[in-house]
Amino acid sequence: MTTVPATEQVIAERSVATPAAGRPRRGRRAGTPYAFLAPAIVLFAAFLGAPIVYAAYLSLRKVQVKGLGLGSGARSEVWAGVENYVRSVTDAEFLPSVGRIGAYGLIVVPVMLGLALLFALLLDAGRTRVGGFARTAIFLPYAVPAVVASLLWGFLYLPRISPLNDILEGSGLGSPNLLGSSWILYAVANIAIWGGTGFNMIVLYTALKAIPQDMYEAARLDGASEVQIAWRIKIPIIAPSLVMTFVFSLIATLQVFAEPMTLRPLSNTISATWTPLMKVYRDAFIRNDIYSAAATSVIIAVATFALSFGFLKLVGSRAFRQED
Amino acid sequence: MAVAALPAKARRSPAATILLLVGAVYCLLPVLWVLVAASKSPNELFSTFTFLPSTHLFDNIADLSGYRDGLYWRWMANTALYAGVGAGLSTLVSAMAGFALAKFSFPGKGVVFNMVLAGVLVPGVILAIPQYLLLAKVGMTNTYWSVLLPSIISPYGIYLARIFAAAAVPNEVLEASRVDGAGDWRTFATVVLPMMRSGLVTVFLFQFVAIWNNYMLPYIMLGNDKLFPVTVGLSGLLNQGAQQPAMYTVVVTGALLSVVPLVALFLALQRFWQVDLAAGAVKA
Repeated sequence: MTTVPATEQVIAERSVATPAAGRPRRGRRAGTPYAFLAPAIVLFAAFLGAPIVYAAYLSLRKVQVKGLGLGSGARSEVWAGVENYVRSVTDAEFLPSVGRIGAYGLIVVPVMLGLALLFALLLDAGRTRVGGFARTAIFLPYAVPAVVASLLWGFLYLPRISPLNDILEGSGLGSPNLLGSSWILYAVANIAIWGGTGFNMIVLYTALKAIPQDMYEAARLDGASEVQIAWRIKIPIIAPSLVMTFVFSLIATLQVFAEPMTLRPLSNTISATWTPLMKVYRDAFIRNDIYSAAATSVIIAVATFALSFGFLKLVGSRAFRQED
Repeated sequence: MAVAALPAKARRSPAATILLLVGAVYCLLPVLWVLVAASKSPNELFSTFTFLPSTHLFDNIADLSGYRDGLYWRWMANTALYAGVGAGLSTLVSAMAGFALAKFSFPGKGVVFNMVLAGVLVPGVILAIPQYLLLAKVGMTNTYWSVLLPSIISPYGIYLARIFAAAAVPNEVLEASRVDGAGDWRTFATVVLPMMRSGLVTVFLFQFVAIWNNYMLPYIMLGNDKLFPVTVGLSGLLNQGAQQPAMYTVVVTGALLSVVPLVALFLALQRFWQVDLAAGAVKA
């Protein structure tokens, strides 16, 4: 990653050695890349770097109350060590929320990516007249914000509206409450799958389109079926794209927030700590315990980073490297 | 479509058609429902058949517009502002940074690039609470800035812009521009930006959708409902519906109208979504 491509070196050297003819230079050439990077670096530091450092700092602090806690100076912030982390992890509501998000991820990620890959391969095989229509229709939910998607599905889940209930009742299977405790996980997962399949399909389809057609010629001459071609040629070639969609889906899954928050008014089974991020919100803004919220944030961030980075290492992915 | 490019022996597959149509119906169903439901009166919403349309669409739009002197339209305008201005600035910042990372060599380049990659993997909403606390210290929460500023930095946008700059801008062109005596900024504005145009449209769309869809950041940052984007506003309306079910038709109509601009944008710019998430890796 540290090797500098030859072409870039040439430009850098030449621009230092031979200032362009006749023109007075405002500022030195060597500063140019930093000037182009400056806005990004400043914003990165202010809105990514500083919040991460601040969250880590807060997670190690606590408020100490002296006496009755009245008057100024009675409450002061002191170091807390790992106290907040211990409290966060041992909180009775923490592990269930982690378990829920785990189960949710195990449903959403494989189903969503499986469907996305299936649709992408079907579109790429080109053996249908409905390709253009299907591609647009399946991609459309990506244009619907998670809040609105949850709202639409939430109404469709309501027993008084849901057509699914009509069907099940008509066939004598009883009428399940899709927003009740036994179905709610699937109900939320369905919203995420609905919203995310199309985008991942487009990403995978784009990768498939980049494969030169003549790669399939030999296989076809050997009598390989389209399924064999998909399995043996197409999927291995687009593996880096599958890895990336997996990592992005994983990150999105761990921070699910808008869907359950929007469904809450329609379902009484979604608690205020239904997902870890909802618990962070509850602790920070309803209980005013920003220290515990910071500790939980740090745990989620580290877990996300470890999972996605660990996965990239595991598959030995060359994704996200400087390609030159 | 691209049917003409297929080898002659490719036959039609009914199975593929059926699977794709099932997927399309599943994806269109809620959209179809909201179209139908927005035309129902509050009574009909819970009594008539789910997909039976009615005639009250304009009454519902009037109710929605009448809600607290057109607050809904203010939310739509806010969302357009956050997403439009935020994505525009984000694209510019990403283009500059991507250009610098792709076309210059300088001390610290590796560090900057690795920071960008780490930034891509950091879940954005984890940052919302510390961002809130830090902005509260400088008195900027509950302002347009509190939603706009954090939306401008996009590590993924920088990563994409770097790939596009490396692929679309030949070194010879930069060199020629320099020989002509153009400064770096003029070269960037007149040569680099136009060459990166289609890639930058993709970066813009990505960020536009991300900001338009964002819920947690504005939900945390804003207390004044005049500053809300439409996502936060609608979820608040839904909360009220729990007490007064007559609000539900207003919510449903609001949901319908809120997706119209984005769906239109999608259909118009579909070709720019041919993005390769792993572009760097595929080429290696």
